[in-house]
Amino acid sequence: MSILKVEGLTYIYGEGTPFRIAAITDVNFEINSPGLTAIIGHTGSGKSTLIQHLNGLIKTEPGHVFVDDVDIWANEKEIRSVRFKVGLVFQYPEYQLFEETVEKDIAFGPRNIGLDEDEIQQRVVWAAKKVGLTDELLKKSPFELSGGEKRRAAIAGVLAMKPRVLILDEPTAGLDPKGRDMLLDCIVEYQRSENAVVLLVSHSMEDVARVADNVLVMNGGRLVMFGKTDEVFSHGKELEKMGLAVPSIMKIVSALREKGVNLPDGILNVTDAKDALLRLLKGGEPNA
Amino acid sequence: MDNIIELNNVVFDYSDDNDNPVTVLNGISLGIERGSFTAVLGHNGSGKSTMAKLFNALEHPSSGTVTVNGMNTIDQKHEFDIRKMVGIVFQNPDNQIVASIVEEDVAFGPENLGVEPKEIRKRVDEALKAVDMYEYRNHAPFKLSGGQKQRIAIAGILAMQPECIVLDEPTAMLDPKGRREVIETVKRLNKEKGMTVVLITHFMDEAAIADRVVVMDSGKFILDGTPVEVFGHIKELKEVGLDVPQPTELVGLLKDDGIDIETDIIDVDGCVNALMKALNLEEK
Repeated sequence: MSILKVEGLTYIYGEGTPFRIAAITDVNFEINSPGLTAIIGHTGSGKSTLIQHLNGLIKTEPGHVFVDDVDIWANEKEIRSVRFKVGLVFQYPEYQLFEETVEKDIAFGPRNIGLDEDEIQQRVVWAAKKVGLTDELLKKSPFELSGGEKRRAAIAGVLAMKPRVLILDEPTAGLDPKGRDMLLDCIVEYQRSENAVVLLVSHSMEDVARVADNVLVMNGGRLVMFGKTDEVFSHGKELEKMGLAVPSIMKIVSALREKGVNLPDGILNVTDAKDALLRLLKGGEPNA
Repeated sequence: MDNIIELNNVVFDYSDDNDNPVTVLNGISLGIERGSFTAVLGHNGSGKSTMAKLFNALEHPSSGTVTVNGMNTIDQKHEFDIRKMVGIVFQNPDNQIVASIVEEDVAFGPENLGVEPKEIRKRVDEALKAVDMYEYRNHAPFKLSGGQKQRIAIAGILAMQPECIVLDEPTAMLDPKGRREVIETVKRLNKEKGMTVVLITHFMDEAAIADRVVVMDSGKFILDGTPVEVFGHIKELKEVGLDVPQPTELVGLLKDDGIDIETDIIDVDGCVNALMKALNLEEK
Protein backbone atom coordinates (compact mmCIF):
# COMPACT_ATOMS: atom_id res chain seq x y z
CA MET A 1 0.00 0.00 0.00
CA SER A 2 1.53 3.28 -1.05
CA ILE A 3 0.26 6.78 -0.32
CA LEU A 4 1.85 8.38 -3.35
CA LYS A 5 3.34 6.54 -6.30
CA VAL A 6 4.77 7.97 -9.51
CA GLU A 7 5.41 5.58 -12.36
CA GLY A 8 7.20 6.17 -15.66
CA LEU A 9 6.41 9.86 -15.73
CA THR A 10 7.73 11.81 -18.72
CA TYR A 11 6.64 15.26 -19.79
CA ILE A 12 7.64 17.08 -22.94
CA TYR A 13 6.95 20.76 -23.56
CA GLY A 14 6.33 21.83 -27.15
CA GLU A 15 5.98 18.34 -28.63
CA GLY A 16 5.83 18.61 -32.42
CA THR A 17 7.50 22.04 -32.48
CA PRO A 18 11.17 23.00 -32.91
CA PHE A 19 11.16 23.98 -29.20
CA ARG A 20 10.51 20.44 -27.99
CA ILE A 21 12.09 19.99 -24.57
CA ALA A 22 11.79 17.14 -22.10
CA ALA A 23 11.04 18.69 -18.70
CA ILE A 24 11.01 15.36 -16.89
CA THR A 25 12.06 11.95 -18.10
CA ASP A 26 10.96 8.59 -16.71
CA VAL A 27 10.47 9.57 -13.08
CA ASN A 28 9.59 6.76 -10.68
CA PHE A 29 9.21 6.88 -6.93
CA GLU A 30 6.95 5.72 -4.17
CA ILE A 31 6.14 7.06 -0.71
CA ASN A 32 4.67 4.41 1.56
CA SER A 33 4.50 6.12 4.89
CA PRO A 34 3.69 9.59 6.24
CA GLY A 35 6.62 11.95 6.55
CA LEU A 36 8.32 14.95 5.06
CA THR A 37 10.18 14.57 1.79
CA ALA A 38 12.19 17.47 0.36
CA ILE A 39 12.55 17.87 -3.40
CA ILE A 40 15.77 19.62 -4.40
CA GLY A 41 17.29 20.41 -7.77
CA HIS A 42 18.66 23.34 -9.77
CA THR A 43 16.36 25.80 -11.54
CA GLY A 44 14.93 24.00 -14.56
CA SER A 45 15.61 20.52 -13.17
CA GLY A 46 11.91 19.59 -13.44
CA LYS A 47 10.73 20.05 -9.84
CA SER A 48 7.76 22.28 -10.67
CA THR A 49 6.70 20.16 -13.63
CA LEU A 50 6.84 17.09 -11.42
CA ILE A 51 4.69 18.53 -8.64
CA GLN A 52 2.09 19.85 -11.06
CA HIS A 53 1.50 16.27 -12.13
CA LEU A 54 0.84 15.14 -8.60
CA ASN A 55 -2.53 16.85 -8.26
CA GLY A 56 -3.52 16.57 -11.87
CA LEU A 57 -2.72 20.09 -13.06
CA ILE A 58 -0.77 18.45 -15.86
CA LYS A 59 -2.08 15.24 -17.36
CA THR A 60 0.25 12.27 -17.07
CA GLU A 61 1.25 11.34 -20.61
CA PRO A 62 2.97 8.92 -20.48
CA GLY A 63 3.13 7.67 -16.92
CA HIS A 64 0.91 7.32 -13.87
CA VAL A 65 0.39 9.01 -10.52
CA PHE A 66 -1.31 6.94 -7.83
CA VAL A 67 -2.71 8.39 -4.61
CA ASP A 68 -3.69 5.70 -2.11
CA ASP A 69 -3.20 3.16 -4.89
CA VAL A 70 -5.74 4.82 -7.19
CA ASP A 71 -4.60 6.23 -10.54
CA ILE A 72 -5.61 9.90 -10.33
CA TRP A 73 -6.61 9.88 -14.00
CA ALA A 74 -8.60 6.63 -13.79
CA ASN A 75 -11.75 8.70 -13.97
CA GLU A 76 -11.13 12.05 -15.64
CA LYS A 77 -14.34 13.57 -14.34
CA GLU A 78 -13.15 13.02 -10.80
CA ILE A 79 -9.87 14.89 -11.19
CA ARG A 80 -11.24 17.81 -9.15
CA SER A 81 -11.53 15.60 -6.09
CA VAL A 82 -7.84 14.72 -6.42
CA ARG A 83 -7.05 18.38 -5.79
CA PHE A 84 -8.77 18.17 -2.40
CA LYS A 85 -6.65 15.18 -1.54
CA VAL A 86 -3.38 16.58 -2.86
CA GLY A 87 -2.95 20.20 -1.81
CA LEU A 88 -0.50 22.32 -3.75
CA VAL A 89 0.93 25.57 -2.41
CA PHE A 90 2.64 27.52 -5.18
CA GLN A 91 5.63 29.81 -4.87
CA TYR A 92 4.72 33.21 -3.44
CA PRO A 93 1.17 32.03 -2.65
CA GLU A 94 0.37 35.40 -1.07
CA TYR A 95 -0.16 36.78 -4.59
CA GLN A 96 -3.17 34.50 -4.87
CA LEU A 97 -5.09 35.92 -1.92
CA PHE A 98 -8.22 37.52 -3.33
CA GLU A 99 -11.08 37.57 -0.82
CA GLU A 100 -12.33 40.50 1.27
CA THR A 101 -11.21 38.96 4.53
CA VAL A 102 -8.61 36.43 5.55
CA GLU A 103 -11.41 34.26 6.92
CA LYS A 104 -13.21 34.12 3.57
CA ASP A 105 -9.99 33.42 1.76
CA ILE A 106 -9.18 30.43 3.96
CA ALA A 107 -12.80 29.21 3.60
CA PHE A 108 -12.61 29.15 -0.20
CA GLY A 109 -11.08 25.66 -0.46
CA PRO A 110 -13.31 23.91 2.10
CA ARG A 111 -16.38 25.57 0.53
CA ASN A 112 -15.40 24.17 -2.86
CA ILE A 113 -15.16 20.72 -1.36
CA GLY A 114 -18.85 21.19 -0.49
CA LEU A 115 -18.53 21.01 3.29
CA ASP A 116 -21.36 22.43 5.42
CA GLU A 117 -21.00 25.88 6.99
CA ASP A 118 -20.25 24.61 10.50
CA GLU A 119 -17.50 22.40 9.24
CA ILE A 120 -16.10 25.19 7.05
CA GLN A 121 -16.01 27.54 10.04
CA GLN A 122 -14.26 24.92 12.16
CA ARG A 123 -11.71 24.27 9.44
CA VAL A 124 -10.96 27.99 9.05
CA VAL A 125 -10.31 28.44 12.76
CA TRP A 126 -8.28 25.26 12.87
CA ALA A 127 -6.13 26.13 9.85
CA ALA A 128 -5.53 29.69 11.05
CA LYS A 129 -4.38 28.32 14.38
CA LYS A 130 -2.09 25.82 12.66
CA VAL A 131 -0.21 28.63 10.93
CA GLY A 132 -0.26 30.94 13.94
CA LEU A 133 -2.72 33.58 12.71
CA THR A 134 -4.70 35.26 15.51
CA ASP A 135 -8.52 35.55 15.47
CA GLU A 136 -8.38 39.30 14.98
CA LEU A 137 -6.40 38.88 11.77
CA LEU A 138 -9.16 36.65 10.36
CA LYS A 139 -11.49 39.63 10.08
CA LYS A 140 -8.95 41.79 8.29
CA SER A 141 -8.42 42.23 4.58
CA PRO A 142 -5.52 40.02 3.45
CA PHE A 143 -3.89 43.16 2.10
CA GLU A 144 -3.50 44.64 5.59
CA LEU A 145 -1.29 41.76 6.68
CA SER A 146 2.51 41.73 6.71
CA GLY A 147 4.33 39.68 4.08
CA GLY A 148 4.93 36.74 6.41
CA GLU A 149 1.33 36.77 7.64
CA LYS A 150 -0.02 36.86 4.07
CA ARG A 151 2.07 33.85 3.17
CA ARG A 152 0.78 31.93 6.20
CA ALA A 153 -2.81 32.93 5.39
CA ALA A 154 -2.41 31.56 1.86
CA ILE A 155 -0.99 28.30 3.21
CA ALA A 156 -3.84 28.06 5.73
CA GLY A 157 -6.24 28.08 2.76
CA VAL A 158 -4.70 24.84 1.54
CA LEU A 159 -4.35 23.27 5.01
CA ALA A 160 -8.07 23.91 5.60
CA MET A 161 -8.79 21.24 2.97
CA LYS A 162 -6.78 18.81 5.13
CA PRO A 163 -4.97 17.29 2.17
CA ARG A 164 -3.56 13.80 2.59
CA VAL A 165 -0.59 14.91 0.49
CA LEU A 166 0.58 18.50 0.96
CA ILE A 167 3.02 19.93 -1.56
CA LEU A 168 4.74 23.27 -1.03
CA ASP A 169 6.91 25.00 -3.65
CA GLU A 170 9.58 27.12 -1.95
CA PRO A 171 7.39 28.18 0.96
CA THR A 172 10.16 30.08 2.76
CA ALA A 173 11.64 32.09 -0.16
CA GLY A 174 12.19 35.70 0.85
CA LEU A 175 11.28 35.21 4.52
CA ASP A 176 13.66 36.30 7.27
CA PRO A 177 15.16 33.60 9.54
CA LYS A 178 12.45 33.88 12.19
CA GLY A 179 9.59 33.85 9.67
CA ARG A 180 11.24 30.91 7.95
CA ASP A 181 11.62 28.87 11.13
CA MET A 182 8.06 29.63 12.19
CA LEU A 183 6.64 28.49 8.85
CA LEU A 184 8.74 25.33 8.78
CA ASP A 185 7.55 24.48 12.29
CA CYS A 186 3.92 24.87 11.10
CA ILE A 187 4.56 22.50 8.20
CA VAL A 188 6.21 19.89 10.40
CA GLU A 189 3.36 20.19 12.90
CA TYR A 190 0.76 19.66 10.16
CA GLN A 191 2.61 16.62 8.88
CA ARG A 192 2.69 15.06 12.35
CA SER A 193 -0.80 15.90 13.55
CA GLU A 194 -2.48 14.80 10.30
CA ASN A 195 -0.10 11.95 9.59
CA ALA A 196 0.23 13.42 6.11
CA VAL A 197 2.74 13.07 3.31
CA VAL A 198 4.41 16.44 2.84
CA LEU A 199 6.57 17.30 -0.17
CA LEU A 200 8.67 20.41 0.22
CA VAL A 201 10.43 21.94 -2.78
CA SER A 202 13.32 24.02 -1.50
CA HIS A 203 16.54 25.74 -2.53
CA SER A 204 17.59 26.07 1.09
CA MET A 205 19.72 23.08 2.01
CA GLU A 206 19.68 24.23 5.66
CA ASP A 207 15.88 24.08 5.74
CA VAL A 208 15.92 20.67 4.09
CA ALA A 209 18.42 19.29 6.58
CA ARG A 210 16.39 20.69 9.45
CA VAL A 211 12.97 19.25 8.61
CA ALA A 212 13.11 16.54 5.93
CA ASP A 213 12.99 12.82 6.65
CA ASN A 214 13.86 12.00 3.05
CA VAL A 215 15.28 13.91 0.11
CA LEU A 216 14.48 13.48 -3.56
CA VAL A 217 17.00 15.00 -5.98
CA MET A 218 16.08 16.07 -9.51
CA ASN A 219 18.76 16.81 -12.10
CA GLY A 220 18.18 17.55 -15.77
CA GLY A 221 14.60 16.25 -15.56
CA ARG A 222 15.55 12.93 -14.00
CA LEU A 223 15.23 11.65 -10.47
CA VAL A 224 18.84 10.96 -9.51
CA MET A 225 18.71 10.33 -5.77
CA PHE A 226 16.01 9.43 -3.28
CA GLY A 227 16.89 8.47 0.26
CA LYS A 228 17.24 9.43 3.90
CA THR A 229 18.30 13.04 4.40
CA ASP A 230 21.73 12.34 5.90
CA GLU A 231 22.39 9.70 3.29
CA VAL A 232 21.65 12.09 0.41
CA PHE A 233 23.72 14.89 1.92
CA SER A 234 26.66 12.54 2.31
CA HIS A 235 27.03 12.82 -1.49
CA GLY A 236 28.34 16.39 -1.22
CA LYS A 237 30.52 16.31 -4.33
CA GLU A 238 27.78 14.93 -6.61
CA LEU A 239 25.30 17.48 -5.26
CA GLU A 240 27.70 20.36 -5.97
CA LYS A 241 28.16 19.12 -9.52
CA MET A 242 24.38 19.35 -9.94
CA GLY A 243 24.42 22.99 -8.81
CA LEU A 244 23.24 22.11 -5.31
CA ALA A 245 25.01 22.37 -2.01
CA VAL A 246 25.37 20.85 1.43
CA PRO A 247 24.60 22.82 4.62
CA SER A 248 27.72 24.29 6.26
CA ILE A 249 27.30 22.11 9.31
CA MET A 250 27.53 18.96 7.18
CA LYS A 251 30.63 20.30 5.42
CA ILE A 252 32.22 20.76 8.83
CA VAL A 253 31.30 17.22 9.83
CA SER A 254 32.71 15.78 6.57
CA ALA A 255 35.95 17.76 6.92
CA LEU A 256 36.41 16.52 10.48
CA ARG A 257 35.76 12.93 9.42
CA GLU A 258 38.35 13.27 6.65
CA LYS A 259 40.84 14.38 9.29
CA GLY A 260 40.12 11.23 11.23
CA VAL A 261 37.63 12.50 13.81
CA ASN A 262 35.20 9.75 14.66
CA LEU A 263 31.70 11.23 14.36
CA PRO A 264 28.45 9.25 14.24
CA ASP A 265 26.12 9.21 11.20
CA GLY A 266 22.93 11.21 11.06
CA ILE A 267 24.26 14.67 11.97
CA LEU A 268 21.92 17.09 10.20
CA ASN A 269 21.93 20.27 12.22
CA VAL A 270 23.98 22.36 14.61
CA THR A 271 22.47 20.72 17.70
CA ASP A 272 23.29 17.21 16.47
CA ALA A 273 26.85 18.31 15.75
CA LYS A 274 27.24 19.99 19.12
CA ASP A 275 26.02 16.89 20.96
CA ALA A 276 28.37 14.58 19.06
CA LEU A 277 31.35 16.92 19.53
CA LEU A 278 30.62 17.42 23.22
CA ARG A 279 30.81 13.68 23.77
CA LEU A 280 34.24 13.67 22.12
CA LEU A 281 35.49 16.84 23.81
CA LYS A 282 34.39 15.79 27.26
CA GLY A 283 35.91 12.36 26.78
CA GLY A 284 33.90 9.20 26.52
CA GLU A 285 32.83 7.50 23.35
CA PRO A 286 30.33 9.10 21.00
CA ASN A 287 27.22 7.03 20.55
CA ALA A 288 26.29 6.17 17.04
CA MET B 1 37.11 58.60 6.08
CA ASP B 2 35.89 58.99 2.51
CA ASN B 3 32.21 58.16 2.45
CA ILE B 4 30.29 57.81 -0.78
CA ILE B 5 26.92 57.70 0.98
CA GLU B 6 26.05 59.46 4.22
CA LEU B 7 22.84 59.28 6.21
CA ASN B 8 22.49 61.90 8.95
CA ASN B 9 19.76 61.40 11.52
CA VAL B 10 17.35 60.09 8.89
CA VAL B 11 13.69 59.60 9.75
CA PHE B 12 11.30 58.02 7.28
CA ASP B 13 7.63 57.78 8.13
CA TYR B 14 4.26 57.74 6.42
CA SER B 15 0.58 57.57 7.33
CA ASP B 16 -1.28 54.31 6.88
CA ASP B 17 -4.84 54.00 5.51
CA ASN B 18 -6.29 55.00 8.89
CA ASP B 19 -3.99 58.01 9.15
CA ASN B 20 -1.86 56.41 11.82
CA PRO B 21 1.79 57.39 11.55
CA VAL B 22 4.17 54.52 10.72
CA THR B 23 7.85 55.06 11.39
CA VAL B 24 10.09 52.97 9.13
CA LEU B 25 13.45 54.59 9.85
CA ASN B 26 13.88 56.12 13.25
CA GLY B 27 16.72 58.64 13.18
CA ILE B 28 19.56 56.62 11.66
CA SER B 29 23.05 57.81 10.76
CA LEU B 30 25.42 55.79 8.62
CA GLY B 31 28.42 56.33 6.37
CA ILE B 32 29.24 53.93 3.53
CA GLU B 33 32.95 54.12 2.81
CA ARG B 34 34.09 54.25 -0.79
CA GLY B 35 35.26 50.85 -2.00
CA SER B 36 33.83 48.98 1.00
CA PHE B 37 31.56 45.90 1.10
CA THR B 38 28.74 46.30 3.60
CA ALA B 39 26.07 43.70 4.36
CA VAL B 40 22.75 44.79 5.86
CA LEU B 41 20.74 42.33 7.97
CA GLY B 42 17.33 42.71 9.54
CA HIS B 43 13.99 40.91 9.68
CA ASN B 44 11.21 41.60 7.15
CA GLY B 45 9.89 45.07 7.85
CA SER B 46 12.96 46.32 9.73
CA GLY B 47 13.54 49.12 7.22
CA LYS B 48 16.32 47.67 5.04
CA SER B 49 14.67 48.13 1.65
CA THR B 50 13.45 51.63 2.50
CA MET B 51 17.00 52.55 3.38
CA ALA B 52 18.23 51.16 0.06
CA LYS B 53 15.74 53.31 -1.82
CA LEU B 54 17.02 56.39 0.00
CA PHE B 55 20.49 55.65 -1.34
CA ASN B 56 19.60 56.63 -4.91
CA ALA B 57 16.79 59.09 -4.38
CA LEU B 58 13.94 56.66 -5.10
CA GLU B 59 12.66 57.79 -1.70
CA HIS B 60 13.45 60.91 0.31
CA PRO B 61 13.81 61.16 4.09
CA SER B 62 10.98 62.73 6.12
CA SER B 63 13.68 64.49 8.10
CA GLY B 64 17.47 64.35 8.23
CA THR B 65 19.68 64.21 5.15
CA VAL B 66 21.02 61.64 2.71
CA THR B 67 24.01 62.66 0.63
CA VAL B 68 25.70 60.79 -2.20
CA ASN B 69 29.17 62.09 -3.02
CA GLY B 70 28.23 65.20 -1.10
CA MET B 71 25.02 65.76 -3.13
CA ASN B 72 21.81 66.00 -1.11
CA THR B 73 19.33 63.47 -2.56
CA ILE B 74 16.43 65.85 -1.94
CA ASP B 75 17.89 68.31 -4.45
CA GLN B 76 16.19 67.44 -7.75
CA LYS B 77 18.97 68.79 -9.90
CA HIS B 78 21.26 66.02 -8.58
CA GLU B 79 18.76 63.20 -9.07
CA PHE B 80 20.18 62.13 -12.42
CA ASP B 81 23.80 62.15 -11.20
CA ILE B 82 22.87 60.27 -8.06
CA ARG B 83 21.06 57.50 -9.95
CA LYS B 84 24.07 57.21 -12.23
CA MET B 85 26.33 56.86 -9.24
CA VAL B 86 24.29 54.38 -7.18
CA GLY B 87 22.59 51.46 -8.92
CA ILE B 88 20.12 49.07 -7.27
CA VAL B 89 19.53 45.40 -8.09
CA PHE B 90 16.26 43.99 -6.75
CA GLN B 91 15.10 40.54 -5.66
CA ASN B 92 13.22 39.30 -8.69
CA PRO B 93 15.31 39.17 -11.88
CA ASP B 94 12.20 38.80 -14.04
CA ASN B 95 10.98 42.26 -13.01
CA GLN B 96 14.22 43.94 -14.02
CA ILE B 97 14.78 42.70 -17.53
CA VAL B 98 13.30 44.86 -20.27
CA ALA B 99 14.72 43.62 -23.59
CA SER B 100 14.47 40.36 -25.52
CA ILE B 101 18.22 40.05 -26.14
CA VAL B 102 20.76 40.05 -23.31
CA GLU B 103 23.05 42.75 -24.73
CA GLU B 104 20.15 45.04 -25.54
CA ASP B 105 18.99 44.74 -21.97
CA VAL B 106 22.41 45.68 -20.64
CA ALA B 107 22.52 48.65 -23.07
CA PHE B 108 19.22 50.04 -21.78
CA GLY B 109 20.79 51.98 -18.89
CA PRO B 110 23.62 53.71 -20.77
CA GLU B 111 21.24 54.47 -23.68
CA ASN B 112 19.05 56.35 -21.25
CA LEU B 113 22.06 58.25 -20.00
CA GLY B 114 22.68 59.41 -23.58
CA VAL B 115 26.02 57.64 -23.90
CA GLU B 116 27.59 57.52 -27.42
CA PRO B 117 26.77 54.27 -29.31
CA LYS B 118 30.44 53.31 -29.62
CA GLU B 119 30.96 53.81 -25.92
CA ILE B 120 27.77 51.83 -25.17
CA ARG B 121 29.13 48.88 -27.16
CA LYS B 122 32.31 48.97 -25.11
CA ARG B 123 30.51 49.28 -21.79
CA VAL B 124 28.08 46.47 -22.58
CA ASP B 125 30.91 44.11 -23.50
CA GLU B 126 32.87 45.02 -20.40
CA ALA B 127 29.86 44.71 -18.12
CA LEU B 128 28.95 41.28 -19.52
CA LYS B 129 32.54 40.10 -19.12
CA ALA B 130 32.61 41.39 -15.54
CA VAL B 131 29.65 39.16 -14.61
CA ASP B 132 30.93 36.29 -16.73
CA MET B 133 27.97 36.35 -19.15
CA TYR B 134 29.68 37.66 -22.32
CA GLU B 135 29.11 34.44 -24.23
CA TYR B 136 25.37 34.79 -23.63
CA ARG B 137 25.19 38.30 -25.13
CA ASN B 138 22.94 37.22 -28.02
CA HIS B 139 20.69 34.95 -25.97
CA ALA B 140 17.11 35.61 -24.94
CA PRO B 141 17.02 36.48 -21.21
CA PHE B 142 13.87 34.45 -20.52
CA LYS B 143 15.73 31.25 -21.37
CA LEU B 144 18.45 31.85 -18.80
CA SER B 145 18.56 30.48 -15.25
CA GLY B 146 17.73 32.71 -12.28
CA GLY B 147 21.38 33.23 -11.38
CA GLN B 148 22.23 34.13 -14.98
CA LYS B 149 19.32 36.57 -15.18
CA GLN B 150 20.36 38.20 -11.95
CA ARG B 151 23.90 38.61 -13.30
CA ILE B 152 22.42 40.27 -16.41
CA ALA B 153 20.59 42.68 -14.11
CA ILE B 154 23.91 43.42 -12.39
CA ALA B 155 25.59 43.95 -15.78
CA GLY B 156 22.82 46.41 -16.67
CA ILE B 157 23.77 48.43 -13.61
CA LEU B 158 27.52 48.14 -14.30
CA ALA B 159 27.08 49.50 -17.83
CA MET B 160 25.98 52.78 -16.25
CA GLN B 161 29.38 52.81 -14.52
CA PRO B 162 28.10 53.52 -11.03
CA GLU B 163 30.45 53.91 -8.10
CA CYS B 164 28.20 51.97 -5.79
CA ILE B 165 25.93 48.99 -6.32
CA VAL B 166 23.14 48.19 -3.86
CA LEU B 167 21.65 44.69 -3.97
CA ASP B 168 18.34 44.08 -2.20
CA GLU B 169 18.09 40.34 -1.49
CA PRO B 170 19.46 39.45 -4.93
CA THR B 171 19.60 35.71 -4.20
CA ALA B 172 16.24 35.15 -2.48
CA MET B 173 14.77 33.41 -5.53
CA LEU B 174 17.85 31.51 -6.68
CA ASP B 175 19.03 27.92 -6.38
CA PRO B 176 22.33 27.21 -4.58
CA LYS B 177 24.40 27.49 -7.76
CA GLY B 178 22.70 30.73 -8.77
CA ARG B 179 23.34 32.12 -5.30
CA ARG B 180 27.00 31.18 -5.50
CA GLU B 181 27.37 32.78 -8.97
CA VAL B 182 25.80 36.06 -7.89
CA ILE B 183 27.71 36.33 -4.62
CA GLU B 184 31.04 35.49 -6.25
CA THR B 185 30.36 38.12 -8.93
CA VAL B 186 29.58 40.76 -6.32
CA LYS B 187 32.65 39.88 -4.29
CA ARG B 188 34.85 40.08 -7.37
CA LEU B 189 33.46 43.48 -8.39
CA ASN B 190 34.33 44.77 -4.96
CA LYS B 191 37.78 43.23 -4.64
CA GLU B 192 39.01 43.62 -8.23
CA LYS B 193 37.21 46.71 -9.47
CA GLY B 194 36.94 48.56 -6.17
CA MET B 195 33.16 48.88 -6.52
CA THR B 196 31.37 49.97 -3.35
CA VAL B 197 28.85 47.23 -2.49
CA VAL B 198 25.86 47.25 -0.16
CA LEU B 199 24.26 43.81 0.09
CA ILE B 200 20.91 43.36 1.81
CA THR B 201 20.33 39.70 2.61
CA HIS B 202 18.58 37.12 4.77
CA PHE B 203 21.41 34.64 4.30
CA MET B 204 23.91 34.88 7.13
CA ASP B 205 26.66 33.11 5.19
CA GLU B 206 26.45 35.79 2.49
CA ALA B 207 26.81 38.54 5.09
CA ALA B 208 29.86 36.74 6.48
CA ILE B 209 31.94 37.57 3.37
CA ALA B 210 31.42 41.36 3.72
CA ASP B 211 33.95 43.72 5.35
CA ARG B 212 31.25 45.19 7.53
CA VAL B 213 27.84 44.02 8.74
CA VAL B 214 25.12 46.36 10.00
CA VAL B 215 22.01 44.98 11.66
CA MET B 216 18.67 46.80 11.62
CA ASP B 217 15.70 46.37 13.92
CA SER B 218 12.59 48.59 14.05
CA GLY B 219 14.20 51.26 11.91
CA LYS B 220 17.42 51.53 13.94
CA PHE B 221 20.91 50.07 13.76
CA ILE B 222 21.50 47.71 16.65
CA LEU B 223 24.87 46.23 15.63
CA ASP B 224 27.64 47.45 13.35
CA GLY B 225 31.07 45.90 12.91
CA THR B 226 33.11 43.26 11.11
CA PRO B 227 31.31 39.93 10.50
CA VAL B 228 33.31 38.38 13.34
CA GLU B 229 32.28 41.15 15.75
CA VAL B 230 28.62 41.17 14.74
CA PHE B 231 28.10 37.41 14.61
CA GLY B 232 29.64 37.16 18.07
CA HIS B 233 26.33 38.56 19.35
CA ILE B 234 24.42 35.33 18.84
CA LYS B 235 21.80 36.07 21.50
CA GLU B 236 21.02 39.60 20.33
CA LEU B 237 20.71 38.45 16.71
CA LYS B 238 18.31 35.65 17.61
CA GLU B 239 16.27 38.05 19.71
CA VAL B 240 15.59 40.22 16.66
CA GLY B 241 14.58 37.22 14.55
CA LEU B 242 17.93 36.73 12.84
CA ASP B 243 20.49 33.98 12.91
CA VAL B 244 24.24 33.44 12.72
CA PRO B 245 26.17 31.27 10.24
CA GLN B 246 26.12 27.60 11.29
CA PRO B 247 29.92 27.49 11.99
CA THR B 248 29.56 30.47 14.38
CA GLU B 249 26.58 28.90 16.10
CA LEU B 250 28.36 25.58 16.59
CA VAL B 251 31.44 27.03 18.31
CA GLY B 252 29.18 29.35 20.34
CA LEU B 253 27.16 26.41 21.65
CA LEU B 254 30.31 24.46 22.52
CA LYS B 255 31.73 27.48 24.35
CA ASP B 256 28.47 27.79 26.33
CA ASP B 257 28.95 24.19 27.37
CA GLY B 258 32.31 25.04 28.85
CA ILE B 259 34.56 23.95 25.99
CA ASP B 260 37.74 25.97 25.49
CA ILE B 261 37.42 26.95 21.84
CA GLU B 262 37.99 30.03 19.66
CA THR B 263 34.70 31.78 18.98
CA ASP B 264 35.61 34.38 16.36
CA ILE B 265 34.60 31.96 13.61
CA ILE B 266 32.41 32.75 10.62
CA ASP B 267 33.18 30.07 8.05
CA VAL B 268 33.55 26.32 7.57
CA ASP B 269 37.36 26.26 7.38
CA GLY B 270 37.80 28.39 10.48
CA CYS B 271 35.37 26.19 12.35
CA VAL B 272 37.14 22.99 11.34
CA ASN B 273 40.51 24.41 12.47
CA ALA B 274 39.11 25.58 15.80
CA LEU B 275 37.52 22.17 16.40
CA MET B 276 40.74 20.34 15.55
CA LYS B 277 42.57 22.55 18.06
CA ALA B 278 39.93 21.98 20.71
CA LEU B 279 40.15 18.23 20.09
CA ASN B 280 43.96 18.45 20.41
CA LEU B 281 44.28 17.00 16.91
CA GLU B 282 45.85 20.07 15.36
CA GLU B 283 47.91 19.21 12.30
CA LYS B 284 51.60 19.58 13.04
